[in-house]
Amino acid sequence: MTTLDKSTAAPRMTASERGQFSLRTIFQGLTGRPMPLVGTLIVTFFIALALFGPQIAPFRFDEIIRGAARQPPSSTYWFGTDHLGRDVFSRVVWGAREIITIPLITTFLCVTLGATIGMFIGYVGGWVDEIVARLLDSLLAIPALVLAMVMLGTIGPSVAGIIIVIVLLYTPIVARVVRSATLNLRAAGYIEAAKLRGENIAYILFREILPGVLPALAVEAALRFSYAIFLTASLGFLGLGVQPPSPDWGRMVNEARSTFSLTPWALWFPAAAIGLLIIGVNLLSDGLRRVFRREGQLV
Amino acid sequence: MRMNPVIEAVNLSIEYRLGSEWVNALRDVTLAIHPLEIHGLVGESGSGKSTLALALMRYMAGNARISGGSILFDGEDITHATPEAMRPLWGRKMALVPQDPLASLNPAYTIGEQIGEITRQHAGLSRRDSLARAVEMLRRVKIADPETVVKRYPHQLSGGMQQRAVIAMALSTQPRLLVLDEPTTALDVTTEAVILDLVRELVREEQAAALWVTHDLGVVAQVCERMTVLYGGEVMASGDVRSVFARQVHPYTISLLASLPRAVHGIETRLPTIEGVAPSLAERPRACVFADRCPVVLDMCREHKPPLEATGDGRIVRCYRWHEIADGTLTLQTQPLEAATSAPPHDNHVLEAEHVYRFFGEAGMLDRALGRERKPVRAVDDVSISIRERSTLGLVGESGSGKTTLARVIVGLETADDGALQLLDVPLSKHLGRRSLEQMRNLQMVFQNPNDALNPYMTIGETLARTIRRLSAEPLDEAAVNARVSALLQAVRLTDEYAYRYPTELSGGEKQRVAIARAFAANPALVVADEPTSSLDVSVQSVILNLLKDLRAQQGASYLFISHDLKVIAYLADWILVMYLGEVVEQGTVEQVYAGPSHPYTEALISAIPEPDPTAVGSHIRLEGDVPSARNIPTGCRFHTRCPRKLGAICETEAPPWRDAGEEHFIRCHIPVDELKILQQSVPEGLSR
Repeated sequence: MTTLDKSTAAPRMTASERGQFSLRTIFQGLTGRPMPLVGTLIVTFFIALALFGPQIAPFRFDEIIRGAARQPPSSTYWFGTDHLGRDVFSRVVWGAREIITIPLITTFLCVTLGATIGMFIGYVGGWVDEIVARLLDSLLAIPALVLAMVMLGTIGPSVAGIIIVIVLLYTPIVARVVRSATLNLRAAGYIEAAKLRGENIAYILFREILPGVLPALAVEAALRFSYAIFLTASLGFLGLGVQPPSPDWGRMVNEARSTFSLTPWALWFPAAAIGLLIIGVNLLSDGLRRVFRREGQLV
Repeated sequence: MRMNPVIEAVNLSIEYRLGSEWVNALRDVTLAIHPLEIHGLVGESGSGKSTLALALMRYMAGNARISGGSILFDGEDITHATPEAMRPLWGRKMALVPQDPLASLNPAYTIGEQIGEITRQHAGLSRRDSLARAVEMLRRVKIADPETVVKRYPHQLSGGMQQRAVIAMALSTQPRLLVLDEPTTALDVTTEAVILDLVRELVREEQAAALWVTHDLGVVAQVCERMTVLYGGEVMASGDVRSVFARQVHPYTISLLASLPRAVHGIETRLPTIEGVAPSLAERPRACVFADRCPVVLDMCREHKPPLEATGDGRIVRCYRWHEIADGTLTLQTQPLEAATSAPPHDNHVLEAEHVYRFFGEAGMLDRALGRERKPVRAVDDVSISIRERSTLGLVGESGSGKTTLARVIVGLETADDGALQLLDVPLSKHLGRRSLEQMRNLQMVFQNPNDALNPYMTIGETLARTIRRLSAEPLDEAAVNARVSALLQAVRLTDEYAYRYPTELSGGEKQRVAIARAFAANPALVVADEPTSSLDVSVQSVILNLLKDLRAQQGASYLFISHDLKVIAYLADWILVMYLGEVVEQGTVEQVYAGPSHPYTEALISAIPEPDPTAVGSHIRLEGDVPSARNIPTGCRFHTRCPRKLGAICETEAPPWRDAGEEHFIRCHIPVDELKILQQSVPEGLSR
């Protein structure tokens, strides 16, 4: 009966065949299909703008070009100029920096906080879960924009303020997603085996549970990123975002609104930039979801 | 005169598309089922038995195609029938009873509406008539009080009732062919026994033909007239059940039957096993599919596919060597082998648990404030057990008996509400967090489901190394840990190379072996095993059971072994504890419990086991009804609602006393031991025990 070693059942598999994800499989998943590829290209494009904006833009964002106010798009002013004579193209390019970095920071914070809270309450369960989960739910019941306006109106608009508000708004959502993914895992044999060898809660959460909720978390992170862009732009539009003279797409749309009949292009281009970026991020998150689903992950 | 077959498959081959390739799932399967016949289709997981069962109904997955052969239904060729052409047949002429009844019942409709829908659709009955028909059908499947049951929703019924409702639904149009896909696999033995009787009776009454798909040879022996054994998508043997069982000529059938656990009194034994694992779809050998695992394989078996041959007595077999096996010149190992006897069980106790309670869903603060009364689920209700050193205590009971909860209370995954635990004569805290490292090391568990027992993101080596490090008394260096990992892998008969694999690269049996290795990482004193083989195939089960036996002998560990399968318990355990509704009703050694006198519940459990021997005439004690809810436990003796030996009022009002049947064999029953002995030796209704 010692010949059982012969039973080399399954052949070795690559990471993706095992249903695990690596940067490589994610990259392949995102570039292998047309829609995620488009999304990836769009997002890469905007990230490049954010990084190299000042080098690309022909003018400074606050430069008022004398005698060139209300110019329609032309070979000099690609997107035209606004009612004050600022180059719309340059402002859009400069503005990419804020609209990318603020959501990036907030998404990072939301994901870290939300995942920790979600895994903790999902794993611990009981009345802790009951109370915290209800608390998170009640936070979700308040309309995002209303809460953001009230809070920013109180503390005054600033970049830090925007970040705090968005983190407060979106952390509960991430926590809820992670909590439900955790609930699926908490009764698994390998978690119970970890308890039976006396592992502490940090080890169980971050070493045993985290890898299992990572797919759901990655998709949620991409989604939160796109909503954060949306919210940042909305706050800018309402005058609660990045303060002038910094170029902010939302604010640009709002400013151009009053002079729409004279300089419609000053509204078109920032609005189109917001739309394009959000579409790009959504296509990308859709691609991520596909990668994880194909690899048999719970998303 | 022989009637024409209802369904016939002739040289049927089916392929699945995997990626861009077509792989063979079934090859040259020939099978015919006549009216009044229940045909057993046996095979392990991946043998293609479900594919075949559904294909006979022309019901196939989107990526499947028939690549050869034909299917005849009532003499009519339906091989290439379109779904539109099949629709009038489905549900009307051929009906399916699937494995999971709850998944096949719509939770949003009452039972009556769902059964009625079939007859409204196919027989054009009015709403009222269809409901009347539903009541009648429920009565036929022996559901008590069908008028109320038709108004219930699926989740309000027990598993056994749901399965009966599904059978009622399938039979409501008097189909010609009934396909049952593992209909009792998810049910308790006692419920299974009732369903077996029921289907046998109904098929006879309806003059239907039935195909019963199962992995359980016992079920086939008890319920089927003819059988087909599938392996790797091919027919290995087929024929009349009695002759197939009595004169086995195929090495696979012989080995499979031999690997079923059974107790041999007095000596320590090991089960004969089938080496290796079943080949996956894409890797099936081109010649004989069983060649890689066959104990009597010849060179020619790996080069040419053996033909299906008739043996002359109505059976067919696919093996080059069946002649030799049939005339006795070639014999295979079928008897349990004597094993190295482990040291006799010591009298010291490794674990003692006294008056343990665990209730669920007790009235919370809110309920009390609102004055609501909620009865708790009394999962474990005053249970005391003790496990001797180097011995195995088998814990048996139906689902809902509290056996898993008791095990979890002992290892600390559930915290007991009350009671005292002692491990190796040292008090053991009820809270896992308050147990010492030493106690954790000594108390480990093997879980039921091998598929979630190992973290999919860690290699086997990482999982084992982590456990070794955590549980080790002193810090170990890298080399010591690696040496231990490799020793553990060797102990469960896996090569070192497995340390670098991830769980998804392992088969179910291999995963369970790793889980066992993990439990043994630090020489535990007691390993709690919760149905470790229930999700594994028969041939894999025997390997795991042998392994557990070996480890017990080598490491000197004790087991608390939970199973619903009395045969497995009888094979592995020294002592048995029978639980019913949170209480222990009988305890004793395996021999005592089997030989009787035994508690009427134990007696029913034993008699419900389907024997893998069609000639066996077991006693036919069938339990009526279902296990009562543990929220509303019957007064008096908890078993009185189902007890076939109920005395009378005393059973309903007074809790039964423990009766001493001698030598630490105890039975909790109102009937005195001597009377039980006489009752159980007498012949109930003309059948011998």
